Amino acid sequence: MKGKGWERWVAVLMVLPSIILIAIFVYGFIGFTTYVSLTKWASAAPDFTFVGLSNYQRILFGSGIETQRFYIDIRNFVGFTSLFLLSSIVIGFGLALLLDSNIRGENLFRSIYLLPFALSFIVTGVVWRWLLTPGTPELGSTGINKLFEYVGLGFLKPGWFTDPTVYYIHPDQGIGPFLNQIGLGFLTNANWGFSVGTISIVLAATWQLSGYVMALYLAGMRSIPHELREAARVDGANEYQIVRHIYLPLLTPITLSVVIILSAISLKLYDLTVAMSGSGPGFSTDTLAYNMFETTFKATRFAWGAAIAIILLILVSVLIIPYLRYSLRSETAQ
Amino acid sequence: MTSTTSAVTREEVDALAQAKRHFNWWRILLYVIAIVFAGYYLLPLFLLVLTGLKSYNEVNLYEMWNLPRSLSFQSYIDAWVGKEGIQGLGRNFGNSMIVTVPATLISALLGAMNGYVLSKWKFRGSDIIFPLILFGMFIPYQSILIPLVFTLQRLHLYASLGGLIFVHIVYGIPVCALIFRNYYATLPNEMLEAARIDGANFFSIFTRIMLPLSAPGFVVVAIWQFTNIWNDFLFAITVTNNPAVQPITVALVNLAGSFSVEWNVQFAGALLAALPTIVVYILLGPFFVRGLMAGSLKG
Repeated sequence: MKGKGWERWVAVLMVLPSIILIAIFVYGFIGFTTYVSLTKWASAAPDFTFVGLSNYQRILFGSGIETQRFYIDIRNFVGFTSLFLLSSIVIGFGLALLLDSNIRGENLFRSIYLLPFALSFIVTGVVWRWLLTPGTPELGSTGINKLFEYVGLGFLKPGWFTDPTVYYIHPDQGIGPFLNQIGLGFLTNANWGFSVGTISIVLAATWQLSGYVMALYLAGMRSIPHELREAARVDGANEYQIVRHIYLPLLTPITLSVVIILSAISLKLYDLTVAMSGSGPGFSTDTLAYNMFETTFKATRFAWGAAIAIILLILVSVLIIPYLRYSLRSETAQ
Repeated sequence: MTSTTSAVTREEVDALAQAKRHFNWWRILLYVIAIVFAGYYLLPLFLLVLTGLKSYNEVNLYEMWNLPRSLSFQSYIDAWVGKEGIQGLGRNFGNSMIVTVPATLISALLGAMNGYVLSKWKFRGSDIIFPLILFGMFIPYQSILIPLVFTLQRLHLYASLGGLIFVHIVYGIPVCALIFRNYYATLPNEMLEAARIDGANFFSIFTRIMLPLSAPGFVVVAIWQFTNIWNDFLFAITVTNNPAVQPITVALVNLAGSFSVEWNVQFAGALLAALPTIVVYILLGPFFVRGLMAGSLKG
């Protein structure tokens, strides 16, 4: 809106406090963290001796435990996110279709599916930790494993988050030697594997967030014009074809949002890890965010923690910045 | 002739009936799936309530799924006031309220102001500033924690409820601005222009026109902030290292962190921690969904 001169100044003054706060507490602080990541600070007492990129070098290319842990975290992130995206999108999309097919009690079902989203990761973590506590061979199964017994699956006895197993291609088994021959030998390493422990975190995260994915898809489905479906039906399309050729293409932007939002949540995963399993045996359920917090505030290796935080920020930004640009551009285009 | 016609009709009727039966089976399957998933989402919550209602001598991990033989509220009482070796969560529940309510109100007010300017009084550079503000809601907060602790210590706000309120207000600015900006964008500019002709200025448009129409925006922002601040753990654990000022999420983790604490007390505590947001969700569900759409940038 065009106003008098003083009004335009007042308008700017009204948002100025917020702009200053964001400038300091977001951008200034990111700058400060970056600065810390370039120093020697490795104890409770600050030490701002400049060491360049050596902390990054040490974390990314070193040979110590901190390097191993970093790549284990990346491995866990890839495994976790793949499974988590798959389960949340399949369940979320399926439930949205279900609620979109004129079933009675739709409101009630929708409210129930979305209910876990109102809870904190901490509550979810506490509940799921007990649900997935496997019990002991002597005293019997507990939690979900007990339910498995009731339906005749008791023999499975998964160890859930207590299971340190990592599946990966061994260098001298299966296709391992072949990969070695064609120069992909680096893949035959536990860092390119899948940690079984993360499945437990996926279960809890899916429980909490698949309803949210459902709500996003449902909103998208409601915006598809009814005539489009009717026209397709008149032309003899069956329900599968309608979903495949109308819903899926029109809902692609939503799938894209879901993939980006859930991936960003996975990268930042901290609360759920704390409440469920911590790093797990052999870091099997460790995450970058958890690693950062422990390195910084428990081990007081502030410079390393800052470096991990900045790497985390870069990874999230790679996802979020194009998404923000895309969202805001499509907004102005409307 | 008549018999042929009737035969055809009967066939048709049969086909229709079969189609209908098939249709019904399909519908029934849909309901079965809907109910199975309702069970999936409710079962953990059911277990929370169930366990809290069991008496101590019935609480046994191996009989987790058994119904209680008699009702006892002892777990809830112990989780709230504490008992020997257990710090009750009652005080932390209060701390969470003291943090959440003012932080929610203040960030909603700031959000309305920012949304008003960013939607109706765009100034040079505001189209660059808005995305820069928005980015602040997506960053991993790990990337600002170290200077945050440092700064709060300098401001003597570290380990205090006031400090935590401040932190939630600051990092709530982006999402509140977004929700209000999207909401105000739906109010027609013509209305404001008309008010201007009647002599309204920057302030009177805000207080006499925008704010009275803002109730839905306030509800959406309030629910979003209330839920997020109540459920926050990362800021709380970083800023409050002192048990006396810890919010309930941190206290619950401390309670649950030791396997020595009976798990029925942990479950009762988890339910206490979940209760306020569940109540908000049940009472204001539709607004909750709108806030959630805003969280994914869709207005």
